[in-house]
Amino acid sequence: MSSIQAKNLTLSYGQKEIFNQLDLLVPSGQITVLIGSNGCGKSTLLRSLARLLKPQEGSILLDGTEIAKLSSKEIARRLAILPQGPLAPEGLTVHQLVKQGRYPYQSWLQQWTREDERMVNRALEVTHMKELSSLSIDSLSGGQRQRAWIAMTLAQNTPTILLDEPTTYLDMSHQIEILDLLFDLNGQEKRTIVMVLHDINLACRYADHIVAVKDGHIHAQGKPEVIMTEQLIREVFGMACQMTVDPIFGTPLCIPHGKGRSLKDSHSK
Amino acid sequence: MKTLLETSSQKAVGLFVGLLLFAVGIVSSIVFGVADISWRTIWDSYVRFDGSQEHLIIQTARMPRALIAAAAGASLAVAGSLMQGITRNQLASPSLFGINAGAAFFIVTGSAFFGVSGLSAFATLAFVGAAFTATLVYTLGSIGNDGLTPLKVTLAGAALTAFFSSLSLGVLLTSGQTFDQVLYWFVGSVAGRDLNIFTAAAPYIGIALVGAFLLARHMNVLTLGEDVAVGLGQKTIYIKLAAGVIIVLLAGGSVSMAGPIAFVGIIVPHLMRYLVGLDYRWVIPYCAVYGAILLLAADVGSRYISFPKEVPVGIMTAVIGVPFFVFIARRGGRS
Repeated sequence: MSSIQAKNLTLSYGQKEIFNQLDLLVPSGQITVLIGSNGCGKSTLLRSLARLLKPQEGSILLDGTEIAKLSSKEIARRLAILPQGPLAPEGLTVHQLVKQGRYPYQSWLQQWTREDERMVNRALEVTHMKELSSLSIDSLSGGQRQRAWIAMTLAQNTPTILLDEPTTYLDMSHQIEILDLLFDLNGQEKRTIVMVLHDINLACRYADHIVAVKDGHIHAQGKPEVIMTEQLIREVFGMACQMTVDPIFGTPLCIPHGKGRSLKDSHSK
Repeated sequence: MKTLLETSSQKAVGLFVGLLLFAVGIVSSIVFGVADISWRTIWDSYVRFDGSQEHLIIQTARMPRALIAAAAGASLAVAGSLMQGITRNQLASPSLFGINAGAAFFIVTGSAFFGVSGLSAFATLAFVGAAFTATLVYTLGSIGNDGLTPLKVTLAGAALTAFFSSLSLGVLLTSGQTFDQVLYWFVGSVAGRDLNIFTAAAPYIGIALVGAFLLARHMNVLTLGEDVAVGLGQKTIYIKLAAGVIIVLLAGGSVSMAGPIAFVGIIVPHLMRYLVGLDYRWVIPYCAVYGAILLLAADVGSRYISFPKEVPVGIMTAVIGVPFFVFIARRGGRS
């Protein structure tokens, strides 16, 4: 089982400091979701865990080893990252995209093995992209497209997968489709999943562990049913709400206050 | 995407056919012209050289011309396909790196202020100018935290192209001399060059073509975007640097031999993607072979447009290229 840990991490974009001396331990074999308002730095944190952003100070430990000391390919064999809104070149087919997931296993001498072929086929099967594999990515729907990219990260065959807003710009049914897929990957294959999500209620439903980020620090973290309170939503998102329980799943459900049509005589402010 | 050639064996056959066409192209380029030469005479001139005028024409004019057309066509097409990958812009071509404008500026300056003349001297100047400008574009396009990005390198290339073109025109206008030779160079042609212009450029063009082929697998990953490529374990900075050096060697080598020849770097990669798809491991060899064929064919054709006078091949490719370019643009850059 793999582990990721951030120690004493200081991150900045240009002159702007985003995080100062942050510590984070990602629970292995679980689904962790980073939440927070726009621009709070949750994507930055995720990118730095995947070495897409170099920290000013501190370190990321992957299975106890500093990632700065590992080769980039070595990291890519242990940890996959799906960045936000990836764009495939026009005309690239699903199969060609997924094959690129085997890049970290290839070298000058070793180009394409039976193992590579097997992993690509498996990734296509798990994501239900087998029948679509000869189609070009730009001809697919948003949900299928995202599934193709997830298939590429699965072909990397890493114990840990990081995803930056995998459901953004997808309609609700496609959001559920993607999250169900990730849920199964975690449940059936015990992969550690870390992702950024915007939808608080979906985060509560799918996450084992929630990390709430605010202004460059971790405001709270823990099980959704323990930490997701009205007070936390107010502090992290600056929004008044009422927490209730999801009638189907029993997970926390956040109903934001605000304006709108009301069919009740009065509602709490 | 449906490509014309689907399986590896089809693609291999297509490449083999290309090599045959390439051989036909070389022979045609030597055979056809104001004085038609039989293909037997080509053989004789190298095996039993007799000093006849035909043999001299073959060895000093036709053969260098065929080799330069082939090398320039191959270089431009491969350089174009690499540039389109790095900039993630399907309309990118070597001129975008400021390579042609830089080469032209060095030649204009050299002849106006230092009295440089002759195509061989121009070849050296053009290569230095191309390398200088491309390095400048690359550096400007890499300033900032996010390193080399498609947008920055495109902007830097456009800005420096405009800058060096204006400087060249300024020098031409104010120096008060006439530069027939320079103006002729500006059009782009493979005629009237000595073999030594080819032999000077051939080694680094050859190395760069091999390098491009070795880079193909990495280009496939880089075209998925910087973050994805890094996530897959690629050291993108080295790949971009290697691609940059190869582009400079190819496009610089081509402009040094033949002057600025437009559109080959756009047309050929597009047609090849239509033939074999996006996999650079096929695109690169196809571009090399069919790029050479296109320029050989365009050059042979240019001899018959206003026979017996010749039209520079640079004009010929522009005539073919403009409608093609509009066609691509109208389809929204889709290949």
